[in-house]
Amino acid sequence: MPRTHFKHYLQSMQEELLVLGSMVEKALARSMEALVNRDIALAEQVIADDKLIDKKRYDIEETCIELIATQQPLARDLRLIVAVLSIVVDMERIGDYAEGNAKIAIMIGDEPPLKPLVDLPRMSKKAGEMLRAALDAFIRRDADAARQVVIEDDEIDNLYDQVFRELLTYMAADPATINRATRLIWTAHNLERAGDRITNICERTIFVIVGRAEKYRGLK
Amino acid sequence: MDTCPQTENAQGQNPNGNHILITKNLNAYYGSFLAVRDVNMAIAPNSITAIIGPSGCGKSTLIRCFNRMHEVAHGARVTGQLLLDGEDIYGTGIDPVSVRTRIGMVFQKPNPFPTMSVIDNVVAGLKLSRIWSRRRKMEEIAERCLRQAALWDEVKDKLKQSGTSLSGGQQQRLCIARALAVKPEVILMDEPCSALDPIATLKIEDLMHTLAKDFTIVIVTHNMQQAGRVSDATAFMMMGDDRAGQLVEYGATKQIFTNPKDKRTEDYISGLFG
Repeated sequence: MPRTHFKHYLQSMQEELLVLGSMVEKALARSMEALVNRDIALAEQVIADDKLIDKKRYDIEETCIELIATQQPLARDLRLIVAVLSIVVDMERIGDYAEGNAKIAIMIGDEPPLKPLVDLPRMSKKAGEMLRAALDAFIRRDADAARQVVIEDDEIDNLYDQVFRELLTYMAADPATINRATRLIWTAHNLERAGDRITNICERTIFVIVGRAEKYRGLK
Repeated sequence: MDTCPQTENAQGQNPNGNHILITKNLNAYYGSFLAVRDVNMAIAPNSITAIIGPSGCGKSTLIRCFNRMHEVAHGARVTGQLLLDGEDIYGTGIDPVSVRTRIGMVFQKPNPFPTMSVIDNVVAGLKLSRIWSRRRKMEEIAERCLRQAALWDEVKDKLKQSGTSLSGGQQQRLCIARALAVKPEVILMDEPCSALDPIATLKIEDLMHTLAKDFTIVIVTHNMQQAGRVSDATAFMMMGDDRAGQLVEYGATKQIFTNPKDKRTEDYISGLFG
């Protein structure tokens, strides 16, 4: 196969993308764990690890720029590199949402719980699953799988609406809950945005495969 | 340039910080005309270094200084030092022929010896330098070199045919195999793909990456994109006001192609001149 050197670099760039994906997925899961278990040390760890996520994003970006500058990628190779440039931004941002939720966990500290956390962990778990599925679809170049992930984002959106309405009810009933409820709304909002970023990743996957940018919306 | 930049090897590192080739204040003349002025560069072992620049900037002259080919031209001479493994190849008592055994060269146009078979072409250098013994041994060496040059599978059934019966790309790989036969440390390539089609060019480029595991490669190319594709380090040369070629910038290819330090390099890389 010609251009084995270039293909090798493309391959390792994608492997690094998967490493970044697993770092982000771990950050999402740990930030929720910190929130549920009131684990401040774990929350602080998530915040510290976000710097590693940022660094990995810039390392991958640098590789992409180097490949564009030196290897004259064209057609699918070019789309792939452009897609990775976009995907790393989305992933780094998801990492920021996880970091945001870790900070919220620290802010909540040992305040008495407003309610048992059920839907937020469900949102977080779903986001982690979607991220894994989105990256899997990207690596396998599976447009149908990517479209399926976009559809699944509706589940996160529905959970967000549900959490939002419920917390509004708490706040309306007792203004003393406003602070605590607002923090949980922020958390839910971060997870809802993470879901949206994952759909962006799927759209980039479809761009690599079909060759044009298409905005996919879920069933809603 | 005042300093010799650290270059990287094929793995992107130069762990020992050592250099196989170092030029110090190297000047190349044709008679009284100064063709290349004051080149200082250090090349890491097992790296691929590309020399780029506009026509007439002295790229080929410089690379020909690297194995004492420059002085073959009438009236041509070199001043300064060129250290190979720390030893000045222009030092007193150094035999240019032995230098060319250690620093091989591949030229722009494939030039197999027309009257020789494929196998005889590969071992021609060994015969000339009398470092051959038995026919069987030669065949072994020829096979090893043809494999190293990624040509064996294509020519193993026509080893007795004339070297010129091969395609252009195959002939060039045959010339690379010929250069490998004398076990050089450095291989110089002077625009090795300019007479080849794109597919043959990519094969040579892939081959260069493989060869860099065992050899140090310096390539002159007028094709900037090729320099980007294959090299670890890039040297940009251009003609100065005195019409002498000079080294403008030398560094890791990644840096030269994404963030050149000198505006002249940036203009050349961006296609503003050249």
